[in-house]
Amino acid sequence: MRLYVPLAITFIAGMIMILEFFIPHQPFPTLGDGVKDWYTIVASSAIFLGVLNLLRVHLKKIARRRKHWRYSPVTIIGFLSMFITGVAWGVTEETPFYYLFNEMVVPMGATMFSLLAFFVASAAFRAFRASNWRASLLLASAFLVMLGRVPIGDIIWRWIPGAAESSHPYLVSEIAEWIMQVPNMAGQRAILIGAAMGVVATSLRMIFGIERSYLGGGD
Amino acid sequence: MKIRTFSAMIPAVLLIAAAVAAQPVTVENLEAQDSPDDAGGAVELLWSLSEGTDFPDSITVLRRAPDGSMELVGTKPGVSTGHVDTGLENGREYGYLVRVHRGGEVAAEHGPVSAVPAAQWLHSKRWGMLLILIVLAGFILYFIEQGKKGKELYIRQIAGLAAVDDAVGRATEMGRPVLYVPGIMDMDNIQTIASMVILGRVAARTAKFGSPLLVPVSKSVVLSVSQEVVKEAYLEAGRPDAYQSDNIFYLTDDQFGYAAGVDGIMVRERPAAIFLLGTFYAESLILAETGRSVGAIQIAGTAMPSQLPFFIAACDYTLIGEELFAASAYLSREPKLLGSLKGQDVAKLFFIAVIVLGVLAFTLGDLWEPANEVAGFIRSLTRVE
Repeated sequence: MRLYVPLAITFIAGMIMILEFFIPHQPFPTLGDGVKDWYTIVASSAIFLGVLNLLRVHLKKIARRRKHWRYSPVTIIGFLSMFITGVAWGVTEETPFYYLFNEMVVPMGATMFSLLAFFVASAAFRAFRASNWRASLLLASAFLVMLGRVPIGDIIWRWIPGAAESSHPYLVSEIAEWIMQVPNMAGQRAILIGAAMGVVATSLRMIFGIERSYLGGGD
Repeated sequence: MKIRTFSAMIPAVLLIAAAVAAQPVTVENLEAQDSPDDAGGAVELLWSLSEGTDFPDSITVLRRAPDGSMELVGTKPGVSTGHVDTGLENGREYGYLVRVHRGGEVAAEHGPVSAVPAAQWLHSKRWGMLLILIVLAGFILYFIEQGKKGKELYIRQIAGLAAVDDAVGRATEMGRPVLYVPGIMDMDNIQTIASMVILGRVAARTAKFGSPLLVPVSKSVVLSVSQEVVKEAYLEAGRPDAYQSDNIFYLTDDQFGYAAGVDGIMVRERPAAIFLLGTFYAESLILAETGRSVGAIQIAGTAMPSQLPFFIAACDYTLIGEELFAASAYLSREPKLLGSLKGQDVAKLFFIAVIVLGVLAFTLGDLWEPANEVAGFIRSLTRVE
């Protein structure tokens, strides 16, 4: 029962969504909307699960003085500050919640995002090390793309006598564009086509109950 | 002499151009048809606008009521070229008039035109996708049968998946936890679902080896599913006592808040193995580089093409696109799942052949007309609206 009920729900919901995609005739659009509405309802209700889990895990950590427990009060105070200000004064402009969100949450998120610049530099340093011919090819194409994406690339090219008057006065940016639009795009599309096939196959495996490991074992 | 003649013509040309430009725009080629690819109950009215720049103030659409009178069903801006009338009864004929309004007056009236709304049983622009689905499902079901019959199915080695045992074993030897990050999207995303399937396999191994498994999540539904999946895997492995529900926890829905939280866990807990499997966006490299900095063996996988280069640069193993979806079958070695994987591969070969045929047909189309028709057919087959 514990296995067959979820499998039946998966099969029915999955088939409704497939049929709704191909058959515009009633009752499939209504059934499809119903399934989507149900997901929204379940996902919205589940937010409380997340909140409860957050509080439970951190309160337990504090109570039992577990390793790194000192970070937990910061999390709980942060959560309660946003929750209480949001409930008491609302979330519109000129409210404490709005202030906390704009002056703390947004800058902290932006700080994390800005770290990406440094991580890109360190990852690029490693990836572009010319250790073999493939890495050298990657380095050369990355160098050309970077150079072609900034004005100085074409300026350097046009310093070469006769280049500015040639049929390709912006050769560096043209090469960068070609790399992005032809080999890069071809690779990306190949990955996308493969992934799309994987998506369809995974969905079919689940809908037909062939893949059951997400229900916990029971292949 | 010629220049003088041409100069004399300029005012005349300008006058004609001005007359054409100021010519009032009106409705032309009005037609009504059943709204295509829907559940019925709608009629689509289409028209074109004549040349000129003097557009009408508005265009109104009137429908003939059962008593014969005309009722207003839509008021459109003067530049519009269509209207969809909804809430109609299928199988009944509806008549329409379209009126062009200028300066508060009806400047012109077009129609009547009529159409009968009806529901369609097959979406006319999706039959190609249906065909593809049937072919794919056919191959998958055939190879599942082959797998069930015990036929040996060759599946190429996927380095990232072959390293799962090594990664968990390494964590066990080092006495450090395994960190599993299922991405930042919810359970309605197929990559998250695939990630949950792999989580079950990884949890089975951590249960067997006795390593702690940490699963921070960014969505509540994912939390609930992760807890169930890991719990079942521990039960299945005969180690329900080793299951720690607090090790699967919710952090935040916020993208960079989540990245900060996971980075903090990496730095504090120093996991020996990190799995980054699911949907990732800009946080992918932030997570992968931090994981690398703590010396963890990292296995990443996503179907997001823009994030794959970051994972390839920063992780030890990367599952590229479809490999993420193949992971469950690969790890379980269960004949039915391997059969489905084999079917998927054969279907892919078939579609590669179709793509090559389409490219060849399109390329030869300029020289040989039938090739163009083949290219057009393949294009219609693969186009989805």
